[in-house]
Amino acid sequence: MHENPRNMTQGTFSFLPPLTDDQIKAQIAYAIKMGWAINVEYTDDPHPRNTYWEMWCQPMFDTKDPAAAFMEVQECRKVYGNMYIKVNAYDNTRWRESVALSFIVNRPKHEPGFHVIRQEANSRAMHYTLHSYATEKPRGDRYK
Amino acid sequence: MTAEAAQNLNAVSFDLEGEFARSNVQQVLDKLDRELVGLAPVKQRIREIAALLLVDKARRALGLENEPPTLHMSFTGNPGTGKTTVALRMAEILKNLGYIRQGHLISVTRDDLVGQYIGHTAPKTREVIKKAMGGVLFIDEAYYLYKPENERDYGQEAIEILLQVMENNRDDLVVILAGYANRMEVFFQSNPGFRSRIAHHLDFPDYSEGELFAIAKLMVAAQHYVLSPGAEKVLKDYIPRRMKMAHFANARSMRNALDRAKLRQANRLFERKDRTKLTRADLTTIEAEDLLQSRVFQG
Repeated sequence: MHENPRNMTQGTFSFLPPLTDDQIKAQIAYAIKMGWAINVEYTDDPHPRNTYWEMWCQPMFDTKDPAAAFMEVQECRKVYGNMYIKVNAYDNTRWRESVALSFIVNRPKHEPGFHVIRQEANSRAMHYTLHSYATEKPRGDRYK
Repeated sequence: MTAEAAQNLNAVSFDLEGEFARSNVQQVLDKLDRELVGLAPVKQRIREIAALLLVDKARRALGLENEPPTLHMSFTGNPGTGKTTVALRMAEILKNLGYIRQGHLISVTRDDLVGQYIGHTAPKTREVIKKAMGGVLFIDEAYYLYKPENERDYGQEAIEILLQVMENNRDDLVVILAGYANRMEVFFQSNPGFRSRIAHHLDFPDYSEGELFAIAKLMVAAQHYVLSPGAEKVLKDYIPRRMKMAHFANARSMRNALDRAKLRQANRLFERKDRTKLTRADLTTIEAEDLLQSRVFQG
């Protein structure tokens, strides 16, 4: 059972304790070895299904070393240290052409969590949706 | 520390010889000796750097606290003296010694680092630095980054980012600045930050006549050609004449001369009446006449 249900879960490793810097570097090294392009994204709009995050830098298609991508993670943490930051690894192989690995590398200090909204529809059918408490404040004011 | 502990520490030993053999550095140094003619002071310095890194590794293995050595370098010398070639070898050596992780070389000039409008330079420079991480960043004609006559030149921004990375990411990349000796000297005087961050200044001397001849022979052999005895004599005559002319660029001039000789050889073969019966020797031999047509011998 997940220990802290208030954490947003998204991508790989998100049910594990936060990755250490060395673990992040090792994952990036693996992605580079596989020939995937790394990019770094951030958001203050948490939802397990929100995949439209802001890009931090240009995707790194020809970096050979994990230190380069990790440098961007560190730079992004300096600016958006209290937001969600994730690392994506894109596989441009023909027919795959999609994100092959994606994991969160930074979270806000306090995550207020989610609230389940139930909607009664026709014939007593129930519709469920998630609402993030954090989004009750406008963008930029969240996680202050 | 008790006497007994000190005794124990001294008993721990490090096999420098074995580590040297494992690192394959000797092979790279031998290759350097074989393929690069002359450059004795440069080769000596590379040997010293290799020794420094090995001893540093040994010290760390025995638990001696050590700042990793700074290996940013500057290569000064005239065109065609082998700066880029040595930089490539340097990347290989540093990789074998475990100082850099990937061992690739990214060669850039001002255009690759400096942007064209406000806000363009920083991301452009960072992009290049990220590509070079784990390897060597070779900045050719580095003094073009600094243009004192234009105080709003974006080069200054690239310089600041480079200095920052050279300091903070010392473990991640090695920066080599290259260019003419006198202009680099001016560049370092106006950018003391660079001078203090660069530990190794290597000066590439011009080649002598004999060295240029040896280089030309190596180039010919590498491309599977041979010089006829007559052509060798003409080449020996050609070199001092070319050295006196304008735009002489050491080994690069030799390469260009040989490329033109190959062109003339091809043309000569094509004009031959019996061109249906060319032998292997015909195709590989550069004759005296292929070199004698050069403008160096005219007038």
